[in-house]
Order: sequence, then C-alpha cells, then structure tokens
Amino acid sequence: ASVYVSEVSDLGLVSLSLLQKDFVPFLLNFLREQTSQILTNGPSTPAKTPSSKAHGSQRTASERRAGHRRSSQKASLGSFLTATPEALPARRGRRKGSSSVSASGRQVARDLGRSLAEEEDGKHDSVSWSGGRRKRSEVSLVSARSPPSQLNLNNLEEFPPMGAASGWTNKPSRRINPTPVSAERPLSKPKMCFTSTPVSQSPAARFSSASSLEAFTTVQEGNLPSAISNSLQEEREMLKKERCKLLHQASSPAGISLDPGTPTKPSYTRSASLPAESHLVTCANPTKVSCKKQLECLAQLYSSCIAENLVPNIFLELFFVLQLLTSKGTSTAEDGDSDLEVNERNASGRQHFRSVHNCVYFAVQVLDYQYEIISHLEKGMLKLLAENERIASFSPALHERLRQAYESSTAKVSLLLPCSVQSVSFQPETDNRSNFPSDRAFHIFKKQRDIFYELLREWEDNHEKTGWDFERVLGNKIRAMMAHLSATCNHSHFARLFQKQLIQMCKGPIGGGASWGDTPDQDVLNMLGSDNLSRLKRLQERFVVPQSIRGPCPPPSFPGCQQFFRDFILSAGSYQFNQHLVDSLCLKILELNSLTLVEHEHSDGEADMDEQDEKKRFTVVLLSLRLLAKFLGFLVFLPYRTVEQPTRDLQDSAVALRNQTLPVLDVLKLLRQSIWDRRSILTVPWIVEYLSLVDHIAPFLDYYKKVFCLLLQVYRLMVLSEDKEMNFLNKLLILAVLGWLFQVELFPSCCVLSAFHFFSYQDSVPLVDQQLLYTCCPYLGELRKLLASFVAGSGVKNGGFIRKITPTAAESLAPKASVTQRKLQVELAQAFFHNQPPSLRRTVEFVAERVGSNCVKHIKATLVAELVQRAEVMLQDKVKEEDANHDKLLEEVCAHLYEEGAQALIKGREFCKKKGPEAVRVLLPEETSAAVLSSAEDIAVELATEKACGWLSANIAALIKREVRATFNRMLKVPGLPVPGEDALELRRDCPPGCQHCAPLPSQIINEIKVLLFSSHCLLSDVLCVAVGPRDEGEVIDYVWLECLLGRLGQTLRCRKFMCPTSEQQLAKCTVELASLLVSDHVPLSLGIKSQEKSSERLRVKNNPTYGLLKMLLSVWKEDFGTPVPVHLIFTKKNIGYLAEVKQREWDLFLFMLHGLVEHELMRTSEIESCLHTLEELPWSSVSNEMCVYNK
Amino acid sequence: MKLTKAQYDEIAQFLGHVQPTRQSLRKLKEKFPSQSQSTLLSIFSQEYQKQIKRTHAKHHTAEAIETYYQRYLNGVMKNAAAPILLELANEVDFAPSLMARIVLERFLQEKEQAIPSKTLINSMLRDPSQIPNGVLANQVYQCTVNDCCYGPLVDCIKHAIGHEHEVLLREMLLEKNLSFIAEDQLRAKGYDKTPDFILEVPVAVEGHIIHWIESKASFGDESSHQAYLQDQFWSYWNRVPGESLMLLLAKETLLYVRKTVGKCHI
Repeated sequence: ASVYVSEVSDLGLVSLSLLQKDFVPFLLNFLREQTSQILTNGPSTPAKTPSSKAHGSQRTASERRAGHRRSSQKASLGSFLTATPEALPARRGRRKGSSSVSASGRQVARDLGRSLAEEEDGKHDSVSWSGGRRKRSEVSLVSARSPPSQLNLNNLEEFPPMGAASGWTNKPSRRINPTPVSAERPLSKPKMCFTSTPVSQSPAARFSSASSLEAFTTVQEGNLPSAISNSLQEEREMLKKERCKLLHQASSPAGISLDPGTPTKPSYTRSASLPAESHLVTCANPTKVSCKKQLECLAQLYSSCIAENLVPNIFLELFFVLQLLTSKGTSTAEDGDSDLEVNERNASGRQHFRSVHNCVYFAVQVLDYQYEIISHLEKGMLKLLAENERIASFSPALHERLRQAYESSTAKVSLLLPCSVQSVSFQPETDNRSNFPSDRAFHIFKKQRDIFYELLREWEDNHEKTGWDFERVLGNKIRAMMAHLSATCNHSHFARLFQKQLIQMCKGPIGGGASWGDTPDQDVLNMLGSDNLSRLKRLQERFVVPQSIRGPCPPPSFPGCQQFFRDFILSAGSYQFNQHLVDSLCLKILELNSLTLVEHEHSDGEADMDEQDEKKRFTVVLLSLRLLAKFLGFLVFLPYRTVEQPTRDLQDSAVALRNQTLPVLDVLKLLRQSIWDRRSILTVPWIVEYLSLVDHIAPFLDYYKKVFCLLLQVYRLMVLSEDKEMNFLNKLLILAVLGWLFQVELFPSCCVLSAFHFFSYQDSVPLVDQQLLYTCCPYLGELRKLLASFVAGSGVKNGGFIRKITPTAAESLAPKASVTQRKLQVELAQAFFHNQPPSLRRTVEFVAERVGSNCVKHIKATLVAELVQRAEVMLQDKVKEEDANHDKLLEEVCAHLYEEGAQALIKGREFCKKKGPEAVRVLLPEETSAAVLSSAEDIAVELATEKACGWLSANIAALIKREVRATFNRMLKVPGLPVPGEDALELRRDCPPGCQHCAPLPSQIINEIKVLLFSSHCLLSDVLCVAVGPRDEGEVIDYVWLECLLGRLGQTLRCRKFMCPTSEQQLAKCTVELASLLVSDHVPLSLGIKSQEKSSERLRVKNNPTYGLLKMLLSVWKEDFGTPVPVHLIFTKKNIGYLAEVKQREWDLFLFMLHGLVEHELMRTSEIESCLHTLEELPWSSVSNEMCVYNK
Repeated sequence: MKLTKAQYDEIAQFLGHVQPTRQSLRKLKEKFPSQSQSTLLSIFSQEYQKQIKRTHAKHHTAEAIETYYQRYLNGVMKNAAAPILLELANEVDFAPSLMARIVLERFLQEKEQAIPSKTLINSMLRDPSQIPNGVLANQVYQCTVNDCCYGPLVDCIKHAIGHEHEVLLREMLLEKNLSFIAEDQLRAKGYDKTPDFILEVPVAVEGHIIHWIESKASFGDESSHQAYLQDQFWSYWNRVPGESLMLLLAKETLLYVRKTVGKCHI
C-alpha cells in the first residue's frame, strides 16, 4: 500500500478520477486506523465519517455486527464516496451504529439506550480481545506506578492537565483542585464515552469506559451526588500523587533547566530526560520520528484530499489533525517491532503512527499544507496554534507564520449575546381590529397574546430549575390556548406573533444558551483587571473546556430560547397551528432570501462603512433565515419522525407514497436559483439547517435526492484554493455548514459525484467574517477547545507572548458587473448604479421604499378619509330614510366612491413625484453631480410610484370599503344614531372665555349629590339605618349649602375641561332624581331661619325655598348641560311614587316643575301629557286626581 | 405630595381594626387630620374592597343567596318601605350594591325562569325604574345610592376621577413639552389594550427610561400593585415593550411608582 500511496502522490490526485472514489475513503480509514491507539486525547473523534476510525478498534467486532445488520438500510455519504476494499463494510456499519447519537434531542433517550447496549458489547469484546492480542502491552503497563483506580483514570483522561500527561507542567504548586463543574455531565457523559477513543494500551482507558458507563447508570438511578463526591475524593488523592511525581521529576537537573516560556526552544532535551516507561509523559520529539518519508507522502496526499474537497468535512479532518497534534497517547513500542498487531494491519504492513512523535510530525506537516484555512480561523485559535510548543519544535517556519497570522488577525469572535424576552410590538397594520373577522376573535386574540407572554415568562424564569418540566407545567395551558385559537380561527395571527417572537429572541448566535467565548460576562470580568482577567480565563478554560469538547459535528439542536419554541410546538400538537406556522415561516424565508446582496467598490472611501453595514444586514438576515429554516424543517418533517430506522419494506412504501406530495417550500428551486444568481452564500446555510432535520425517509424521496446531490456538487466545487474571485470566508462558511450536514445527516446512496458539469461557482461579495462563520458553525470552536485543553495548564503561563494587535484592511475584492437578461430599462438603471458608489443605490432604493409607503399612508389619511366622511353623510341620510338592508346600502355607497378612488393613483403619482426628489436630494452628498442627482431622483420616483400605485390600484377599492364599513359599524353602534350636527357640536363645547378651570371637579359634585340623595332616602324610608349608624343631629340639609351646590354644579358644567360624557350623563340623572325628591318634599331642608315656620300656609308656599332650588335646577338643565337631561325620569313609577305619599301642598311644587319644564323647552306639553297618560294605569288615585287639576 | 409607604401602612392598619363603614371613615378623619378627605376615602375604599373580595365567595353560595332572598321577601312583606336590603347587607358585612345584585338576580331568575343576562342586570342597577317590581326597585335604589365602594354611581365617580386625572396628566405633559400619543389616538389606531399615554420620545426619570405612563386614581398598595401588574402592566408591555411610569394620583396627593420589570417600589 505504501507503494500505492507514493504512486498516487506522484501522480497528483486530480488525474485519478477513476481511483478517487475508492481511494479517498481508503485513505481516511487508513489514517484513523493507524492512529487509533495514539488518540486518547480528544473525547470526540468523528462520529460519522465514512472513513473514520472513530471509536477505536476496541469495539470493532460488535460494531461490525451492528453494521452488517443495518448497512443495507441507511444511506450515507460514505456510500457514494466508497465502494471499497476489504475493511469498508465494517466501517460503514459502525458509522451507522454511531450515527444515532447525532439524532435530535428527542431521540436522545433511545440513543442512550442503544449506545449503552453497544458499549456493553464493546466492553466484553475488549476484554477478550486484550486478553489475546494486547496482553503484552497491558502487562507492561500494569507495572507502571499509577494506582489502578478506575475513577482516577477516567478523570485523568478528561482532565488532561491534571494528569500532567504532557509533562510540561512545571509549576505544579499552582494547580488547584478541579471540581466537576458541568451540570450537563449526566447527559454528556454517555455521549462522550461512546465517541471517545478509549483504546489505549493502558488499563486506564479500559477502566475509563467501564467507569463512565457505571457513572451513567448511577445517574439514572438517581445517585449522582454520591458518585460525584466519590470520584472527587479519589481525584484529589490522585492529584496529590501526581504532584509528588511531578515534583520528583522537576527536581531532576534536566527538569529544572526547562523553560517553558520560550516556545522556540527545542524541547527534546526535556523529553530525553523523562523516564521512557512512564505512560504519563509523552513528549513529542522531532528526532524520534520514524518513517519520515512515508509520513510526508501521506501528509501531502491527505492534504490534497482536503484541499480538493474530497473529504466529506474538511473541519472534521482538521479536528483529527489537531487531535494528532495534541495526542498524549503513550507509545512503548518505540521501533514498531514485529507484533501481532502489525500483521493484523492489512495493507500498510507498517505502523506509521505508533509513536506520538510520528503523529505530531504528520499533523504539523498537514497543518503546514492547510495554512490558508487555518489562518482564516478566529484569533483565539491562531493564538493557541502560535503558542503550541509542538509546532514550534517540529516546524519553526510554520510556527513563525502562525505567529504572524495571529498578530495580524483581527478576527476576534465572541459568541455571547444576551438573550432576554423582549416582546413583539403591537403592529396596528396587522394586529388591529380590522384584521379580525369579528370582535370576539379580536378580543380572544388579545387574551392569547397575554397568555403567550405569560407562558414565555414562566419558562424563562423557571425552565432551568430542577424538576421543572415543560409539558407538565405548560402543556395544558398551551393546549387550552390552541383550542381557543381554533374556536376563533386566530391561528394565522398567533403564528405570526410566534414567528416574530422566535426571531426576536433566537436570532442571536446561540439562542441565548451558554457557550464558549471570549467574554463570558464582560461586566464582571472588567472589574477584575486585565491581569486577573487572563488568569481567570485560563482557570475557566481548565475547568470548562476539557469537559465540553463534543467534536466538530454535534447533532442539530435547539439551544437556549429555541427550546421553548420547539417544546411549545410539540406540546401544542396542533395541526392548524403548525400549518399556519409553516405558512408564516415559508413566507418570511422567501422574503429574507430575496435580500439583495450589494457589491462594494473597495477603493471608495466610504465603502468600508457601507460594507460593514452590508455585512451587518447580511448577518442578521442569514441568522434569521437559518433559525426560521430550522424550525420549518422541524415542522415539515415532524409528522414523519420515527424513533427507529424503518425497515426496507416500510421505507419503500413510504417513499412511493411521499414521492407524490409536493414539498412545502421548493428548496431545490431556491438552491438552483441562488447558484444561478450567485447568492448561494445566503441560501445554502439555511437550506442546510432545514435539511438537518429530515426524517429517515425524506432523503430517499426523489426530490430530496436531487437537493442532496446538488449540495454535494456545491461542496465539491467550492475548492478553496481556486477561483479567488469568491471570498475565501464565504466559501469556508459554505464548506463548514455542508460538511456538518454531511456528518449529521443521512445521505441518499444514489448521489454520485461523477456528474459535475454545469456551473462555475462565484459569489464574489465578501459577506462572511469569522464572527459570522463561528456564529453559524459554533462547532468550529471545538478545534480551539481541543487545543485549549491541551495547552491549559501545560506551562504557558505568560499569558501569551503576543500582545500587539495591528489591524489590517480586509482583503480586497474584485467587483464584477453582472449582465443578465433583463429589460433594457432595468439594465440601464443597473448600469447607472454600477458606476456609482453603492450607497447611491441603497439610498435610492430606500427612498423609493419609504416614499412609496408614505404615499399609501398619505392617500389613506387624505383621499380615503375624505371619501369615508362623505360616505358617512350619505349613509346617515339613507339609514334614516328607510330601514334598509345595511349591506346593500354599504355596497351602493361604496360603488359611488370607487370611481373617485381612481384619483388615488393620480394623487399617488403626484405625491411620489414631489417627495421622492426631495428625499433623494437631502440624502445624497452635496457634491453629487446634477446629472447623477436627476437620474437618481427619476429612478427613485419611478420605483416609489411603481410600489405605491401598484398597491393602490390593487387595493384602493378594498381599502375604501373596509374603512367605510368600519365607520358605518361605529355609526350603528352609537345608540339613537346621533346626527353628527348638533349633538357632536354640543359635546365639543368649549369652556366659557376666560375660564380658569377652577370649578369643582365633576367627580366631587357627583359624590356630593350622591350623599344628598342617600340622606333624603333615609328620611323617605323613615327609618334610621342601623348599620350606617344614627344620622347626625345636623344631618338635615342646609338650604344655603344646597343652593351653593347647585351653583357649583353650574360652574362645573360650564367648565368643560374635566367633563366627560359619563360624568355629565350621571350628573343629569342625579339632578333629575334630586328634583323628584325636591318636588315631593323628601329633602330634609333646614332653612336656618326659624321664624318662617310659623307663617301662614299660603305664605309658606310662596316663600318655600324649594321653588328657588327648582328654578336653579331648571336653568342649569337648560343652560349648562351639554347632554340632553333625562327629565322624563321624573315620571317613572318610583319617582311618582314619592309624590303619591305627599300632601296637597307639594303638588304645587310638582305643577311648578311641569310648567318650568315646558317654559324652559325641556319637554313639550304633549310629551308631558303622554307621560302622565301612562301613569293613569298606576293604582294611585291621587295622581289621577292631580292630573285632572293639571289638565284644567 | 408623596404619601410614604409607612404612612399608607399606618392608615391601612388602623382600618384593619375597624369595620369599613361610614363611621370608620369619620374616625379615620379624626385620627389622620393631616391627610385630605379624598386620600383617606381612596385608601378606605381600597381596604373595603379588599375585605369584600375576601368574603365575596361566601355570599354567593346557593344557600346564602336563598337565605338573602327569603329574608328580603319576608322583610318587604312586613314593611315595604323599610330599607330591608340595605340593612341586610350591613348586617352580613357585604356591599349593599352587591347585595342588591344578588337579590335582583334571584328575583329575575324566578320571574323569567332563566338566568338573566349581565347586561340586563347592569342596566337595571343603573336605572332601577326598569325593574318590574316597584318595591324591589326602591330597595335596589337605596342600596346603590348608599354604597360607597360599589354600584353604578360609584363606578361613575371612579370613571370621572380617572378622566379628570388623565386631563391633569395630559396638561402636565404638555407643560413639560413631552410629545405623547394618548389613549384615544391609540385606540383609533386599533390597539386592543392601551395605557393612558405612550411617549413618542421616551424620557428618563430617575435613571429609568420611561416609555409610557398610566395614571391610576387609586393607591399603589402591594396587592393592588400586583393586580395591576397582572391585569394591565404586562398587557401593555406585551404590546409596547419598555419601562413605564405609573402615576398614582389622588387629588393633591401625587404618588408615583417606578416600575422596573419584576420589581416595584412604592
């Protein structure tokens, strides 16, 4: 095989089109297999490479079995990349077995179950296996000094610095006791032990897998605390011993001489001093590298595969390379002496990667080839690479280049954006009453909005608490809400709110969840000062980083707030809601996907700013798209989701069935279109999100097969080194997301890479920066974590040797005029814009958009409002005329108005013509030439008019009708159909001139009258109310006070400032009531002048002060009230009832009142007569008698 | 002037000892002469309402309703002019208007053989002359006129006060040159729930950015504040995100509450 390899490398890969299909998987598998013994460091070797030797050969047997069982059913990328030599079926099988880990969160439980089972198998296998073939190495290791405590060993692996396996930790006194910090431990653990590379020749690893399994089972039984404390204790013990050992080593002369602060210093002196048999220490040493030539050859070959995008995921390969670079695996078989193992290895015949030295040598070689990709990664990563001592000692040249790359890099990435509930604003255009079919629907939605936010707050406050369960706490509330939505057909409204809230909360990089990052909580960190800060960071890294490495291909997930929305959908379980949400998501996706990508002239001074804006806009759109697409994918494939891979038969029938249905969103078309329009940088990332949630069957459908094939072609053609026109980072992003998709998802085996023919790929707009790259692909951070876990505590204590940051300009881009087949005018406009700074185009587009929109608003507020007013008048007349059919009436009136509505277009055109140029002039630079300005104005006006008039001509009739109907409904609702003339005028009365607004407040007057009425009633019922207590002696009503009250009532009514209709109506009612009491002498008046009591009956009548009060009331009613006073209430049964009880004298008061009413034109005589007439039916004879009196 | 929380608590505590009746109000005035009548009334009514809320359910059991109705029937049989319902309400410590409503409902139910609609009941309470029975009409009227915390009259007074405060607030805003959108404008735009004023340009008050203002003609004691949060604040916030200023006005007493989401101070 080595002959074969060198042949291939000589020929160059490209020419090997025939061999390539078989060769690449072979190579990848070969590398994984070769290095499997060494790779004990990263807990996360790829789960799903077609060619990866992910889990070490330890489990091979069991997996092989599993693989055979399933390999015929599951599609995978590997199956089209491979058709391979001997070992392949097995590998494919294993890959499939493990791929279950990457399924979505819902399946975790099942996956855990399965992985557990497999783990068990693996364990047994490994026992028997090591008993046979590995015996020798095992024995040699048992003799090592490490105490065979399983938990220790486990931790040794997962806390590499603690284990001090590197041997570079020269300041052990500064170690601190690590404590397991991750709360997610119980969850992440099985995953980790499953995907880790536990094969090592030490018993440590064997125990490691066993113990982690054990730990998991304990967790399930609920004994987590004891397990942890146990392991903690032992961990500490272990630590002590390690420290002793290290101190011991350090005391040796060689150890002391070491200076880790100078990374350029060759480290071989140190490693030479280390005891060779110690399994803890493996120091890579360039001088100990064997078979250099073969390694170089392999590195070149491997690098070419990466460079040509022949590997399914370039970042996975980089991760693998970094694993090699940081490998800590021990190697006792220094010279690869003949061994059973060697014979086992099939083709290679030799073990090239048996020593760490070889691995590191190979890794450094590959990194050197891949320098360009690496140099585009984020700054923190570059720092770690630049500080890596192995690179420094193996390739000083690469080290130097990395150092420079780091110094010049500006690609700082921070993934922590705060996420908090911020509600979606009420939008009258979509949320007001006119958008709902009925008042009921509107009001119910009002409640639903509140309920939704209540749920959201509840979740936000509590979901992290232990024992809080989404379904248990919120499930029923959500379903009740869904039932209400269904009852009123409000789903579309709610779906829109839901979607907007989703974007608002989750468009941030990690959906508000925790993550790695440069700035955990900047406020807190700032307080520490930079010195302490860097210490804290390193400390944090040591604690957190090693545990959280999950490999560069995590399964699709719903981090942070996204979880709420996913769980909401699941708990709701509402078909209607889902359908509306799908509609809403599709619409929004299409809208965002049509974002114009603007190219920028780089020489232009202001272009930088424009470019920044453009990038920002692009970022927001891209992240929103990915979010929406993920949820769309979730919803679309949700009904087909199955726990298990369906059997072949089921699959065939399902495929036959589902091939008949159309996709909800035509992603294939959009993908093709985006490639054609050179905008795939926007489209591919969200399509990947969408596809990452496919069910088991979907990839076999004809439609999705095509999509996947196309994506594969895109991937293959995105060769980084070629085609410099396309922005490097754009490509990198597409490669990263596609690579991820290929790893996490199932692939149709039908995809064949042979047929590339049609497009040349060139998005030239530089839109992606590292921030966006890492935001979209947080898993790229795994590369850094891997390095960090290696470096952490390894002795680079100087906080890095590079401090200076020199910002440099971003790489230049070549603008490319696109000539597409469009109309001449559009082409001209395009050409015009192309020759201008991009800001001009955006300004014009912006102006057009705004002016168009304002134009519509303006037409609504002027022309339409005017028409509606006229309609109102017309309707009022007609409604009075006959009790006509309202709908018909409405139609008639509207038909009248439609003709006039046509004016809207003329007015709209005028408006745009007037406003457009104004705005353009203000917004463009003063120095713009007249010709350019006028063209820009014309285009803006044209676009604005197009927009506004397009909308108006389509909608003006509907708009008029809607507005008229709304007005009409309002009109009908007002009781008694007030004629807008007089009544409205009366109500809108102003204060008298010179009013100081210091009259008593209406509320006060109402209150006083109320108390007065009450007192009078006490008298009326002739009982002292027990509970309200005895009335005061003085609780008769003072005449003067009452007179004064009526006077103040007048004042209050005249000052209109604080008056509102309800107050006024109430005052009117109360005063009528008061009048009724007065005329029946039920108000206990004290005159304050006692002498009058004795005067004659006649005199008393004349002097009765009540007349004065009644006069005042009549005048207030007549003069001061703005509303009609319900004087007819005097004639209600109740009030006439008061009269019936009284003596003759008070009838005079009543008659006086009747006359007064007529005199003051408050009632007509006929009205009074009819009122009295109805009273005749009452049983009170006196009333009838009096009526006779009155009639006379 | 601001009313401190301590002062409020003192008044409320005093009220806790006495029955919230008209005498208590008088006693309250004697005890706290420095406070204005309206302030005291406002606090009084709030405390009274709390008490009514606590006992509300007790008066609405089927047994209770039946007892009240029978007592009413017996009472008016003996003396139709006596304020039977009013006395009954006072005797069982219940708001007279609410007692009137219970009995009226029961009466109509018997008469119509169906549960009467809320609108009908409300309209009869507002205008007792619509009640088909003159005696009951009188009784009901006595109750509504004599109730200091419930009933159509009181509602109207509350409404009037609310309106007056809104006018005052609007005036203050104009005086300070703050641009705002008022409730009616918001309603015209179709907002379903609206605070009194949304500031077009937010202002900072004591370091808090205020987006909207709501005036309440009642005191912000803890429980009413909580209730307010529940009923209105979140509703507004769900529509117009941001901090609010809640103004609690009671005539000359101006008390304002800073509202930061989740925490409130008086």
